[in-house]
Amino acid sequence: MATYILKRFLQLIPVFLGATLLVYFLVFSLPGDPIVALFGDKPVNEAVAARLREQYHLDQPFWIQYLLYLKGIFTFDLGQDFSGRPIAAVLGEVFPVTARLAVMALIFEAVFGIIFGLIAGLRKGKFFDATVLIASLIVIGIPIFVLGFLLQFTIGVQLGWAKPTVSSAATVQDLILPAIVLGLGSFAYVLRLTRTSVIENMNADYVRTATAKGLSRFRVVRVHILRNSLIPVITFLGADLGALMGGAIVTEGIFNVPGVGNRLYRAVTQGEGPTVVSIVTVLVLIYVVSNLLVDLLYAWLDPRIRYDA
Amino acid sequence: MTDFITLDPVPAPAPGKGDTVLEVRDLSVDFGVDKKWVPAAIGLNYEVRAGEVLAIVGESGSGKSASSMALLGLLPTNSRVSGSVKLGGKELLGGNEANIRAVRGKDVAVIFQEPMTALNPVYTVGAQIVETIRLHNEVSPDQAKERALRMLDLVELPDPEKAFKSYPHQLSGGQRQRAMIAQSLSCDPKLLIADEPTTALDVTVQAEILDLMRNLRNKLDSAIVLITHDMGVVADLADRIAVMRRGLIVETGTAGEIFHNPQHEYTKALLAAVPHLGQGGAASDDDVDVTAALAAATHADLEAVPRSELLRRERENAAALAAADTVKPQGEPVLELTDVAIEYPKQGRVPAFRAVEGANLAIYPGQVVGLVGESGSGKTTIGRAAVGLLPVAAGTMKVVGQDISAAKRNGRQLHEMRRHVGMVFQDPSSSLNPRLPIGESIGEPMFLAGVAKGAALQSRIEELLDQVELPRDYRNRYPHELSGGQKQRVGIARALSLKPKLMVADEPTSALDVSVQAKVLELFQNLQKELGFACLFVTHDLAVVDVLADRICVMQRGRIVEQGTRDQILRNPQEPYTQRLLAAVPLPDPEKQRERRELRAQLLSGAS
Repeated sequence: MATYILKRFLQLIPVFLGATLLVYFLVFSLPGDPIVALFGDKPVNEAVAARLREQYHLDQPFWIQYLLYLKGIFTFDLGQDFSGRPIAAVLGEVFPVTARLAVMALIFEAVFGIIFGLIAGLRKGKFFDATVLIASLIVIGIPIFVLGFLLQFTIGVQLGWAKPTVSSAATVQDLILPAIVLGLGSFAYVLRLTRTSVIENMNADYVRTATAKGLSRFRVVRVHILRNSLIPVITFLGADLGALMGGAIVTEGIFNVPGVGNRLYRAVTQGEGPTVVSIVTVLVLIYVVSNLLVDLLYAWLDPRIRYDA
Repeated sequence: MTDFITLDPVPAPAPGKGDTVLEVRDLSVDFGVDKKWVPAAIGLNYEVRAGEVLAIVGESGSGKSASSMALLGLLPTNSRVSGSVKLGGKELLGGNEANIRAVRGKDVAVIFQEPMTALNPVYTVGAQIVETIRLHNEVSPDQAKERALRMLDLVELPDPEKAFKSYPHQLSGGQRQRAMIAQSLSCDPKLLIADEPTTALDVTVQAEILDLMRNLRNKLDSAIVLITHDMGVVADLADRIAVMRRGLIVETGTAGEIFHNPQHEYTKALLAAVPHLGQGGAASDDDVDVTAALAAATHADLEAVPRSELLRRERENAAALAAADTVKPQGEPVLELTDVAIEYPKQGRVPAFRAVEGANLAIYPGQVVGLVGESGSGKTTIGRAAVGLLPVAAGTMKVVGQDISAAKRNGRQLHEMRRHVGMVFQDPSSSLNPRLPIGESIGEPMFLAGVAKGAALQSRIEELLDQVELPRDYRNRYPHELSGGQKQRVGIARALSLKPKLMVADEPTSALDVSVQAKVLELFQNLQKELGFACLFVTHDLAVVDVLADRICVMQRGRIVEQGTRDQILRNPQEPYTQRLLAAVPLPDPEKQRERRELRAQLLSGAS
């Protein structure tokens, strides 16, 4: 097991190099001169522009730029963004906010998705099941920005149950509404996945055995059906954590959350190579590590799965 | 800790003399299908006494399982149950859920068919038994564990401590079924319902589980309802028998009455359809007394049979063996294996697995060779390699005169070879494409090989349907519209379509009911005689091989341990493994099965 985990961590090295190289190249290939764009409508001061280009190594060819960036990472210096702030500080500012948002969304979709999915599965074909299925289809069908604006307006502005926008501190309370919006799509998937899985396991032979042992319906469901049904759901949730972190751009835009998505969007539009690459790389690492956690959780839930090195 | 049951052997009461444990009156079960009630069991009446085994026999769809699951309310929600079920005088039907729940697992326990799936894969065996014990008894976790360990010991698991901590997938099929039985017995049930408890197991494992159940019956004095389709199992265990057909009990009686003097037509037909070992085959039509043959080969002395009688039977047997004509095989072998080893190639990190080693085998034109063995013995592997589905790792394999041991996977050579080889698969339902009408399934090999097209192809399809005795207009039907036996006929027609010189049949009848199996085997036999193809018949069922095969090869753990003509193997088995295998096959006759059982006990004690 330990060797397996070690191996998985060693896999991070090629993933890290590949991701940084690819993203750096994409940003490098963006059209337009970021330094010129910095001056906006003002005339370009050639001396200042040249100094800036040198500072950000923009006068160097692609490979040199990339290698200098890598060197910076290994000496714990991610460089500065265009406003002169250290990128490390920027990351430290935006990631906690988005992590908070993503974890809240994950908890929301897991708790409600599993509960609703379980009830729907147990009452297959009944009213609750049909209602929930249709509702989940609607949620999946409507684009997230429509849902976002809708909820922001109704719940945030008209009803005043939650704050429609997020303060710069981005407290847990501020993030409730954005987290729900962010988690809604996946909530519908978790619900459907749980429902299918429960229905499949309800007809399993060991569930009949459990009933034949004299267990109460509640205990059959809680002990025998639920754990077996959660195995595929956990896989989905783990992969979804990464997606929620990186996919929060729209939600963060709607609610003005000072998180990764907002900052990444700005960095891309301004052609800030090092900032984009740094943010994306952290996202990739989170993705890989959360997948590893899922695989370990998987083995814990299902003893038939063993990882031999 | 107080003992809630005593495990000391108590004297076995004479069967049928105990108190009535279960009394079933007018039990009917219906299933709601498309808003209509379809009866599964109609007005059943029976009772079971303590210490008695009642066998409910019947084929699939007879309602034997549904009616027994109804006793405990274990049917799906689209069902309806009426009548009366009394357990020790207490009515089980129509009460509230809590009542029946208190009975389940405590007074009435169930052993299910598939030990593979009947235990929850994510909990240890011990945890599942402890759960049952603690549910029905107020005991501490330690006491429950202690009791679970004793139950695992009682069902003769070699290492109860280890089994306790094991997950179901870490145990073999037989061990799992033992664990399942341990769980069922853990609360000292008055009634045990065993639903096809040995159907999924190998024949030697089946014999062990049947021994175990017989011992437990004597020790615990529970009443047992045994649901099965296997007459051999019934003969081995049952005191009384109820025969079910289409939801009705058509006949009940003691085991002796049913086997020796069946009254109802269906019972007679069912008994006649059961293929049993030594009943006669393609080469000779006289019965082989396998018990006597085994006794002679192993020098066993049976108490159940007088010495003189046994000697007479052994002499008869020896004479028949000497008289059996050993026809010299004609021509070139159609399939020839010389020191063949077959490997499942390595996949990712899973290393290659050698499933067959040093196999020598030859099949001559017109010959049927039966390849028997238990699960994991490598018999199917040889069948697959013979049609080029698995590569040969060492040795030479010649199919229809061509050496295919070095042939490239999916290469031209294999393609050529497959035109001369037909294959019939085990599961008729999954080996036919559900979206193709069966006429197309049958015609596809001919179309692909380019042997027939258009009208010629159509008339050939009709001819093949005639041969397998299916109506011609079935060509436009889809597989789901056919019964299991009909589907397997289609499978045979497809295998015959290219007029193969060699037919590889992989357990073609093991998924079928006995009466259907008998008809399909008869058809197969007739076709083989008529068309004269050579056949490699892979099966776990010795009785089926006995009916069909000229020669028998016995496989164990990847090796062919013994081969010979059918008479040599059945009348004079030399290898201990073959002897054990033969002795484990139950006979559909209570007296003969008693002899067989004694013989088997001697064989096993001699072996250890």
